Amino acid sequence: MTIIETTADVPAPRGDRQHEGPLLEVRDLHVEFHTRDGVTKAVNGVNYSVSAGETLAVLGESGSGKSVTAQAVMGILDMPPGRIPKGEILFRGQDMLRMSAEERRALRGRKIAMIFQDALSSLNPVLSVGYQLGEMFRVHEGLSKKEAKAKAIELMDKVKIPAAAARVGDYPHQFSGGMRQRIMIAMALALEPDLIIADEPTTALDVTVQAQVMDLLAELQAEYNMGLILITHDLGVVADVADRIAVMYAGRIVETAPVHELYQRPAHPYTRGLLDSIPRLDQKGEELYAIKGLPPNLTRIPTGCAFNPRCPKAGDVCRTDVPALHQVTEQDGTELPGRGSACHFWKETIHG
Amino acid sequence: MGRYVARRLLQMIPVFIGSTFLIFAMMYALPGDPVRALMGDQAFDPAVLEAKRHELGLDLPLWQQYVNYFTGLLQGDFGTEIGSGRPISEIIAHAFPVSVRLTLFAFTFTVIVGIGLGIVAGLRPESVRDRGLLGLTLVLISMPSFVLGYLMQYLFAFQLGLTTPTVQDSESFGDLFLPAIVLGSLSLAYVARLTRTSIAENLRADYMRTAVAKGLPRRRIVGVHLMRNSLVPVVTFLGTDIGNLMAGAIVTEGIFNVQGVGDAIYEALFRREGATVVGIASLIVLVYLLASLLVDLLYAVLDPRIRYA
Repeated sequence: MTIIETTADVPAPRGDRQHEGPLLEVRDLHVEFHTRDGVTKAVNGVNYSVSAGETLAVLGESGSGKSVTAQAVMGILDMPPGRIPKGEILFRGQDMLRMSAEERRALRGRKIAMIFQDALSSLNPVLSVGYQLGEMFRVHEGLSKKEAKAKAIELMDKVKIPAAAARVGDYPHQFSGGMRQRIMIAMALALEPDLIIADEPTTALDVTVQAQVMDLLAELQAEYNMGLILITHDLGVVADVADRIAVMYAGRIVETAPVHELYQRPAHPYTRGLLDSIPRLDQKGEELYAIKGLPPNLTRIPTGCAFNPRCPKAGDVCRTDVPALHQVTEQDGTELPGRGSACHFWKETIHG
Repeated sequence: MGRYVARRLLQMIPVFIGSTFLIFAMMYALPGDPVRALMGDQAFDPAVLEAKRHELGLDLPLWQQYVNYFTGLLQGDFGTEIGSGRPISEIIAHAFPVSVRLTLFAFTFTVIVGIGLGIVAGLRPESVRDRGLLGLTLVLISMPSFVLGYLMQYLFAFQLGLTTPTVQDSESFGDLFLPAIVLGSLSLAYVARLTRTSIAENLRADYMRTAVAKGLPRRRIVGVHLMRNSLVPVVTFLGTDIGNLMAGAIVTEGIFNVQGVGDAIYEALFRREGATVVGIASLIVLVYLLASLLVDLLYAVLDPRIRYA
């Protein structure tokens, strides 16, 4: 009796189990866009991985390549003008960039799903939400219209939309912003994917609704034991839900760390700058810190470290050598697991 | 919805009265009258003409003539042609189906070929086939329909001998093929361009990206998600275009000798048969009004954000 109960509590094994290791692994990914003004290098050698049940937050300002990386993973980059000259995207050990278009399509929505920022424009305005939710079941599982509608109502209940059965025939414009984002989440969750990519899911929402939506997302992630990549520029959102953080700048990851360590001891001057520019109540009346300058033009990325023109610590080496992602250690040399910093002066930044 | 339709139908009444009166007044203002036309070039005793005019009520003031005409119309009586003595309803019954058939033929051609070409070009903006379509439609738009008509006649009838230059049997579908293409070509060019632009624009919409991310097959993404959104402006255009096609039919019918409304209205104008002109023109007005109502209703079906109360 007890044995049965304990096994029931363990999340059911998900998908094919032959692959051990991370769910998704991005290796040395490069993405560029060929435009009339030249080649825009949006992503320049990104590495990250996500395991089942883990939340990775990808942090960075606009144009840092965080969304482009996600779109490359999802396979929804516009190609052309986009191109992936180098890199691997391994899902359960298989390189998705070498799959056929049909194989990738079968993975999209079923195994990897995406939540977009602006739910109003991301939902089709002329189709009812029930239809758009049910479409997942009709296309991927071959359910009938009626069965799909029942499933859609179930999903809407799951994301806590009141009176789901009555509202299943309503259109996106008839819902409030928060409710619309819940529908986006429901659509991503429909087939219980292994991995969800949420691209700034709460940016378009007001603060109270932001918290509700994030809580819902975290709750459902735990329930289904999914991997979650959370793309955001909001440091506040990240702190509550993420396990690990990857900070991106000019198409590269400049720092990775477990979430709380990053807040306590940043090992990259850019991360430090981001943390210092959060308004704080105890510094009321003082001038708010801001990182000097602007993000680099991606058609002409500065030589050496891309951050060097804005960096308060930059030395000569920063203008010539691109820093690798160094393993961050304590002062006595013990490794800090999961921490890396792409800064020539990471030691001074974290310990100094 | 029901209330909206009722209101629109009621609004049609003043529009209908107004337009019939305008056409009636214009006919009245034209020099010459049917009695004169009846006599031809012969000199007649003015007293006889006057008596005939009085008998037909043509000596009454304009408003009285109009009231008489409209009272008849309400009872389903379109009046009688003065020259031929034929009931006008008979003329209409003879000419209208021919023109309606020609118009519907041209309309079907416009819808199928125009939207088809628009989709083909719009899915690949700036490609060779897109530029080709823009060039072709530009030619069609700049060419007056009678030029195209004579060109087609020359090419298909005189050079290739595929058809007869003019329509022999106005009831036959095969014979109406060429005039229908000429009639529909201008609308076709507009429809193709509109569809192309609408599709090219919606192709970049966020919901299209969502549809791809959902793992839907391309057929479904284009057929359901893209088309439903892209066709809204096209449908609006097509609705108002039915009326334009009926008006355009008058020229085309002349070129190809089709015994339709255009032919009838031309004859009537020539003989100053006011009642015939007003009768036919009013029917075209009615078609126009009903088509635009239909489009407005269809608009709400295609785009749920539009609601009528």
